[in-house]
Amino acid sequence: MSEPLVLGFETSCDETGVGIVRGHTLLADALATSMAEHERFGGVVPEIASRAHLEAMVPTVHRALADAGIAASDIDAVAVTSGPGLTGALLVGVAAAKAYALALDKPLYGVNHLAAHVAVDELQHGRLAEPSIAMLVSGGHSSLLLVPDLAQDVQPLGRTIDDAAGEAFDKVARVLGLPFPGGPPIDKAAREGDPSAIAFPRGLTGPRDPAYDFSFSGLKTAVARWVEARQRAGEPVPLADVAASFQEAVADVLTAKAVRACRDHGVDHLVLGGGVAANLRLRALAEERCAAAGIVLRVPSPKLCTDNGAMVAALGSRLVAAGVAPSAPDLGADSALPIDVVSR
Amino acid sequence: MLVLVLDTATPTLVAGVARWSPDGAEVLAEQAVPSGTKHAELLTPAIRAALDDAGAALADVEAVVTGLGPGPFTGLRVGIVTAAGLADARGLPVVGVCSLDAVGSGARTVVTDARRKEVYWAAYDAAGARVEGPAVVRPEELRRPGPFVGDPAFAERLGAAVERAEVTTAGLLRAAAAQLADPSSAAPLVPLYLRRPDAVPPTAIKAVTQ
Ligand SMILES: [Zn+2]
Repeated sequence: MSEPLVLGFETSCDETGVGIVRGHTLLADALATSMAEHERFGGVVPEIASRAHLEAMVPTVHRALADAGIAASDIDAVAVTSGPGLTGALLVGVAAAKAYALALDKPLYGVNHLAAHVAVDELQHGRLAEPSIAMLVSGGHSSLLLVPDLAQDVQPLGRTIDDAAGEAFDKVARVLGLPFPGGPPIDKAAREGDPSAIAFPRGLTGPRDPAYDFSFSGLKTAVARWVEARQRAGEPVPLADVAASFQEAVADVLTAKAVRACRDHGVDHLVLGGGVAANLRLRALAEERCAAAGIVLRVPSPKLCTDNGAMVAALGSRLVAAGVAPSAPDLGADSALPIDVVSR
Repeated sequence: MLVLVLDTATPTLVAGVARWSPDGAEVLAEQAVPSGTKHAELLTPAIRAALDDAGAALADVEAVVTGLGPGPFTGLRVGIVTAAGLADARGLPVVGVCSLDAVGSGARTVVTDARRKEVYWAAYDAAGARVEGPAVVRPEELRRPGPFVGDPAFAERLGAAVERAEVTTAGLLRAAAAQLADPSSAAPLVPLYLRRPDAVPPTAIKAVTQ
């Protein structure tokens, strides 16, 4: 019997993603984004995102089916991000997925967005080693997870207590006059800069601090204060050095905590995911520290790190293979779905 | 032909199954479910129940009709994307209509809850044709002679009686007749939002993902 063909829907934020996988094989990853419409607000506007999801939904499904070279009737199961995320945005995807599942008479799996970020790596590097440690960093989340069984046992170790890592990038970009979203322009500017030029604070790294939680609010404020002090003094702001030093502080904290989580739990596999995992310095430092600690590092390609439908299909495929029960007919969205609920 | 009919523009979602021809419509089953903000949870179960009640299967359905609002945005989108997805997956024509057209009949002004102390409204002539609206307004500023139908909660602020009436399967089919007669003429499904999005940069993103 060939492996199940799974259609995945993702609408938790501003990306309308429809992906198709067979087993661990990626067949289609169609994406529409409303990012440009949010740019002038400096952040994702939920109502604008939700409207865009509705407009993009059916055309994105068509693109995915065409890319995969299949008909909708070939699908064996449907998966959808049920949370966490923006309620109004999630509901467009949930309703669409329920409609396709009903129309095709196939099982539906409402899945956790964060677990899907982990599952996507299986499309590139094959079956995940279990247990693994997963670190998910994006504009919406910063989480450290222990993953004994991706289909049904994902345990939270730590998370940000204030800003998400990606949010800190956005805010620092704004301070530096760089465009939204801030990740790519800071990554680029930092290449010309000295990461040790300015000693920005490393949040929650003291001996009494929680080992696996993150805090980026203080860092963001420190960067803003430093830049403003320069500006007030009429001195030029060394943009590349600020970007590099800020990025170094983020990468340093993230990788140190991830490696420590591996060590503490006796786990020798680390998976990165989320949009910030596309950051070159974070990837390089993670590689360096994992190599030194004897940890196998797995990082999906940048396109799979950011939100997409393929990651949802990938997790759906995993659930089907594991024989997990599909969702009840009254599946809805849960904007605050806890990470230990892999599917519901 | 067998038609599946949906609407989520009001707090009572509607899922109906009807046999339709240009000569008339026979409603075989209708689920009207008080659903508040739970449209996404309850709509597909209501569709299944309506099909069961009608003794039909989704495979028998030949066209889908959906209300396009106006109505609270989140619920509205649930109905529209459901209709679009069902129709797409089965290769069926899908027809969208103004939900207010499906409330009451004959000469009337329809008012429904638009939240924020406003009403969605539209006015119809004796033949039932929409002559004004849909639009959104504070009830005090809606100076129309009536009769009013729709949500009686606004009677006092309108200064006139409002006869309770809801979106019905029959009403949606009536509004969809011309498009059902020639599905190739059906317009794309564009929700009747009537309001621009509140473009406030969200703090919600942080709150929801931690
Ligand atoms: Zn994400």
